[in-house]
Amino acid sequence: MKLAVASGKGGTGKSMVAANLAYTLSQTEQVTLVDCDVEEPNLHLFFPAPATKNDVTMPVPVVDEEPCDHCGKCGEFCQYGAITVLRDRVLFFSELCHSCGGCTLVCPKRAIHEEPQRIGTLSISAPLPGLKLISGLLDTGSPHAVPIIEAVKERAEGDPLVICDSAPGTSCPVVATLDGCDACILVTESTPFGLHDLQLAVDVAARLGVPAGIVINRSDGKDDATIRFCIDHDLEILTTIPFSREIAAIQSRGDLLCRIRPEWQKDFSALAAKCRSLAGVEQ
Amino acid sequence: MIRLAVISGKGGTGKTMVTAALSRLLKGTMVLADCDVDAANLDLLLHPKRIQADPFMGMKTAAIDPALCTACGECMEHCRFDAVGPDGDAYRVNPLRCEGCAVCMYVCPVSAVAMQPRQTGEILYSETDRGHLVHARLVPGAGNSGLLVHEVKKTAQERDGKSDLFLIDGPPGTGCPLISTISGVDAVLAVTEPSVSGLHDLRRVVTVCRQFRPRIFVAVNRYDLGPSLTRDIMEYCREEKIPLAGTIPFDPAVIDAIRAGIPVTDAGPSPAAQAIQILAANLYLELKHLGNGL
Repeated sequence: MKLAVASGKGGTGKSMVAANLAYTLSQTEQVTLVDCDVEEPNLHLFFPAPATKNDVTMPVPVVDEEPCDHCGKCGEFCQYGAITVLRDRVLFFSELCHSCGGCTLVCPKRAIHEEPQRIGTLSISAPLPGLKLISGLLDTGSPHAVPIIEAVKERAEGDPLVICDSAPGTSCPVVATLDGCDACILVTESTPFGLHDLQLAVDVAARLGVPAGIVINRSDGKDDATIRFCIDHDLEILTTIPFSREIAAIQSRGDLLCRIRPEWQKDFSALAAKCRSLAGVEQ
Repeated sequence: MIRLAVISGKGGTGKTMVTAALSRLLKGTMVLADCDVDAANLDLLLHPKRIQADPFMGMKTAAIDPALCTACGECMEHCRFDAVGPDGDAYRVNPLRCEGCAVCMYVCPVSAVAMQPRQTGEILYSETDRGHLVHARLVPGAGNSGLLVHEVKKTAQERDGKSDLFLIDGPPGTGCPLISTISGVDAVLAVTEPSVSGLHDLRRVVTVCRQFRPRIFVAVNRYDLGPSLTRDIMEYCREEKIPLAGTIPFDPAVIDAIRAGIPVTDAGPSPAAQAIQILAANLYLELKHLGNGL
């Protein structure tokens, strides 16, 4: 099963849910936890361990000066404005390039080839016997989050149980994370912000055809509007986690609720069982 | 005009709550923008009156005419975004995956592919008690959020360029929407929280900001929930010579105000409201030192 944890609104507790779910399940089976919030990955803070690191690259065009006659076809074709052809040279703006390869195809002199350019790193560690952690980290200043998300997900391909922790929001990084998952947990909080962004996240999951269930986090009991929304949209509330200063303190110092308070493991086991039935996976 | 963006790195640290309160507390004429375009919430506290809505056209996306398609598969073979796949007797483009590169149109031997404009959002121009607000709605799952941020900022500066202050509610993260938000601003206020994640993400977003020109200020929200991490954040700020503009205590009045749909500083006296008033006063003095007519 490939499971995503997403939210719409940031800071609702995605990483907390993903980390505790992975910790609990890793006691009895092999779990691969994938940090797809490559702009601000945090899961390694909860599972410190030595990691193997590799560069993530994307192919970018390089113009060979010799055959190039500055005809300008590459610059005309590039939909992203990443190439400007002057009378005597070609300017390339790598932060605008999407690596589509179009410029290499359209060049009549075959003067453009591609070379890998580093945009971030991929780390793999084994913090617990049953747990593999794969994290992506976007280089600061690089806008190319999606290729890194795709690279970390590819590394988990074929693993029996994969949990992907998503970036907040509802745009490309979230789509890249949810795409191909069997089910997703949407973590929300009972405020108008949480509910507003939950509606958008539900919409994204539906567009991608990924079944979604809801976790209400930091509940203070005033969850009526969220519960009503879930009933109206046939969304299962998988679990509700209460607000407590103790949970907040455990989380904020980078610890795991299920490690400090093992009685919570049965709640996360039950959450996993509900995700399996959401995904249509045999228990 | 002074341009101030409220950012955070980590999501959910209180950017929007602080931005809404600052809109009430900072003096001078003001134009506002919500640059967290894929999960915009500022309007839930400021209740703007809509003046105008304009379509936002993102990148064009490819569409294959099934009547012309001979199912040769060239498009699928050349698409690097896995956006093209077989569909019955023809091929079809998945608009959620298409990045608009036009390679499929170029390689199609029978000209069955056209690049079509697609509306992926709306740019909204509205009125609040504190000045105009430019915000946006992005179709869930659509791309080009960085481009939409750019358009939102451009609209605000073109239409209300004479305002003393341009106050921006920014997105989380460090990727393209954040880079688009901070490019060209004079100052950023990074709102963080005392957690290992909050500090980790603050460090990264500060590194990104250093590649641009803004002055950086930090505010610690819910500082009393993790006193030792709050000290770590303060130590980090000292090392980096980043002024700490304020600390805000954990206060149930904040959630009550959000549920009531108002800035916490409008909800009567509370520890959080008082802390944000001090934060705003500190920040106002610092921004005045930047000049630019505030």
